[in-house]
Amino acid sequence: MARAVSTRRKIGFTVAAWVVAMLIFFPILYTIITSFKSETEAIAGFSLIPSGTLESYAEVQAQSNYFKFFLNSVIIAVGSTILALVVAVPAAWSMAFSPTKRTKDILMWMLSTKMMPAVAVLVPIYLIFRDTHLLDTRIGLTVMLMLINLPIVVWMLYTYFREIPGEILEAARMDGATLWGEIVYVLTPMAVPGIASTMLLNIILAWNEAFWTIRLTTTNAAPLTAFIASFSSPQGLFWAKLSAASTLAIAPILIMGWFSQRQLVRGLTFGAVK
Amino acid sequence: MKLNTLFLGLCGASALAFAAHAETITIATVNNGDMVRMQKLTDDFTTKNPDIQLEWVTLEENVLRERVTTDIATKGGQYDVMTIGTYEVPIWAKQQWLLPLDNLGADYDAADIIPAIAGGLSADGKLYAAPFYGESSFVMYRKDLMEKAGLTMPDAPTWDFIADAARKMTDRAAEINGICLRGKAGWGENMAFLTAMSNSFGARWFDEKWQPQFDQPEWKKTLQFYVDLMKDAGPSGASSNGFNENLALFQQGKCGMWIDATVAASFVSNPKDSTVADKVGYALAPDTGLGKRGNWLWAWSLGIPAGTQKAEAAQKFVAWATGKGYLDLVASKEGWANVPPGTRTSLYNNPEYQKAAPFAKMTLDSINSADPTKPTVKPVPYVGVQFVAIPEFQGLGTTVGQLFSAALAGQSSVDDALAAAQTASVREMTRAGYIK
Repeated sequence: MARAVSTRRKIGFTVAAWVVAMLIFFPILYTIITSFKSETEAIAGFSLIPSGTLESYAEVQAQSNYFKFFLNSVIIAVGSTILALVVAVPAAWSMAFSPTKRTKDILMWMLSTKMMPAVAVLVPIYLIFRDTHLLDTRIGLTVMLMLINLPIVVWMLYTYFREIPGEILEAARMDGATLWGEIVYVLTPMAVPGIASTMLLNIILAWNEAFWTIRLTTTNAAPLTAFIASFSSPQGLFWAKLSAASTLAIAPILIMGWFSQRQLVRGLTFGAVK
Repeated sequence: MKLNTLFLGLCGASALAFAAHAETITIATVNNGDMVRMQKLTDDFTTKNPDIQLEWVTLEENVLRERVTTDIATKGGQYDVMTIGTYEVPIWAKQQWLLPLDNLGADYDAADIIPAIAGGLSADGKLYAAPFYGESSFVMYRKDLMEKAGLTMPDAPTWDFIADAARKMTDRAAEINGICLRGKAGWGENMAFLTAMSNSFGARWFDEKWQPQFDQPEWKKTLQFYVDLMKDAGPSGASSNGFNENLALFQQGKCGMWIDATVAASFVSNPKDSTVADKVGYALAPDTGLGKRGNWLWAWSLGIPAGTQKAEAAQKFVAWATGKGYLDLVASKEGWANVPPGTRTSLYNNPEYQKAAPFAKMTLDSINSADPTKPTVKPVPYVGVQFVAIPEFQGLGTTVGQLFSAALAGQSSVDDALAAAQTASVREMTRAGYIK
C-alpha cells in the first residue's frame, strides 16, 4: 500500500515537473517554431505547425552578418569568464579558508552590488569608457561583464571551496607547499567540477547580458544581443524574422547548456543540502 | 605575363591603400521596412562615393533613442549620422547637439521638402535633420463593413460620425471590432494618439504659463469619449495594443476602423500580408469642428551630431539618402509603392506614385493639416502635435500614458486618471522649473 502511494507520488511529481518545465520552455519552443513560418503565418494566430520555410533565416543573414556577432559573443563571454575566474579563485580561497569577522559582510556586499539598477550608473560608465577609448571594444566589454558577474562567481566558488576539508590544505602546507602551489596544485584540481560549473553559468550569464552589451557597443564589438535588438521593429510585423534571429542567437548557448546540464545542476545545487 | 602580373599587383596595392584611406561613417537607425531597404541600396552611394564606407547600427526605437541621447549628451562620438524624430530635433538643436544641414549640395532641393515636415525639423530657420520618411495619422476603414452598416465615410469625418460608425460596425459574434486604437502606455504609444485626439477636442497639455491642463473640461471630454468608444466598439485587451498589435488585428479583418500612422496604409493594402487589402478606404483624422484634427506629424530623419569628426562625409550620405535621387532609385529597384513617403512635395505630384499608392493624396492632406508650431485650438508655449518638445516629456508622457491606459483597462475611473495626471504633471513641471 505504502509502495503504491509512493509510486503515485513519484508519477505525480514527474508529471508536475514536466508540466512546469514545458511551461518554462514553451516561449523558447514557440520562438523556434515561429522562425520556420512566413511573416503572414506568424501573425495569423497561434499554431504549432510551421510551414517549414527558411526564408526568415535567409533574410536575417542577408540583413546582418551573424558570424561577426557570434564571434564577438564567444570572445566576450569566454574572455570575461576566464578573467572572472582569475580574480575570483584567490578571492574565494581567501574567504573560504581564512575567514575573518567581516567575510560574511564582504560577501553580502558583493552580492548587493548585483541589486543596483544598471541604468543608475550608465552615464558614469559611458564616460569612463569614452575617456579610456573602450567604447565599442571587446576588451572593454570583457572587463565590464567580468565585473558584473564577479559577485556570483565568487559566491559560487566560495560555496564550493567550503566543501573542501581545510585539513588537506594544511597537509600540503606541512609538506612545504607555497601559497601559489597550494592553490594551483591542491585546491584547483579538487575544485575542478565546481570551477567548471561556475564557468558554464558565467558564460551563459555573459552571453545573455543585454543592457551593457547593447549600450557600450556600436559595430566592432556588438555581440548577439545587439543582433537580436536590431530585428525589433516599432512599425511593422517582422515576428518570423525576429524569431529566426533569436533562435540563431540562443542556439549556441542552448546546445552548450544541454550538453553541460549535469555540471550546471551540480554547481547550482552544491551546498544546498548541507 | 610578367607585366600583366605587375600591373594587377599595382592595382591591388592601390585598391588596398585606397581602402585604408576610406572614411567610415557609422549610422544609427531603427528597424523598419524603409530603413532596411536603404541599407540594401547603399551600394549606389558607395559607388558614387568610393572614399566613404558605411557601418550600420540598427536598434529598437526606444533603445536607439536612449543610446543616441547618451552618446550625444556625453559627446561619445560613436555615431556620425543618427536617425531621430521630430521630437528630438527641436530639443537637440537648441542644445547645439546637432549640426545644421547647410551643405547638402546644390541639387538637393530643400525647398521640395513638405513644409510641415521641414518646419518640424528646423530651429531658427535652419534645417537640423533631413526627413527620410514622414507620416501623419488618418482613418483606415473597411469599405465593405461601412457599407454593411449603411454609412458612407466622408473624406473629413467628425468624431461623432466615427463613434456612431464604430458602434454600428461592431459585431462581437464575428470578432469584428468597430474601431482599433492604441491603448498601450507610452509617450510614443497611447499618448501620441490621445494627445493628437485631444487637440481636436480643444485640449492642451499646458497653458501659456506651463500650467498642466488635465483638470480642464476638454481633457475630460477627450478621455471619456475615448474610453466609452473603446468599451463599446474596441477589441478586448486594448490597453496592451500598440501599432503592431492593431496592425495585426486590422490585417486579419478584425477592425472596422483603425486610426493610426499613415505609413500603415502600405501594410494594410498589401495583399501579401493583409486579408482585407482590397477593402480598405482612407479618410482624414476626425475633428469636432474646432479647427484642429486629431492627426499627428512625425518624420524619421537623419541628423548629424555636433561631435562628429566626419561631418562632410556624413552630409554627403544624408543628402544621398534623403534626396530626390534616392526616391528614383527605390522606384527603379522596388517600384513606386515602396518609395519612402511623406517627405517631398514632388513625389505627390508624380502620377506614377499616385497610381501605385492610392492613399497618397490622403497622406499628403493629413501631413499638411498638421501644424507642429500651432498644434492646439488654444495657445500653447510648446511645439509638437502629438508630443511636447521638452526633455521632460518622455518621462511625463509615459506616466500619464500609464494612468490613461489604466482608465481604459477599467482599473481606474476617467476622473481619477485625469486627477492623477494633473498631480503628476504639476509635480514634474515644478521640479523642472517651468512652474515658478
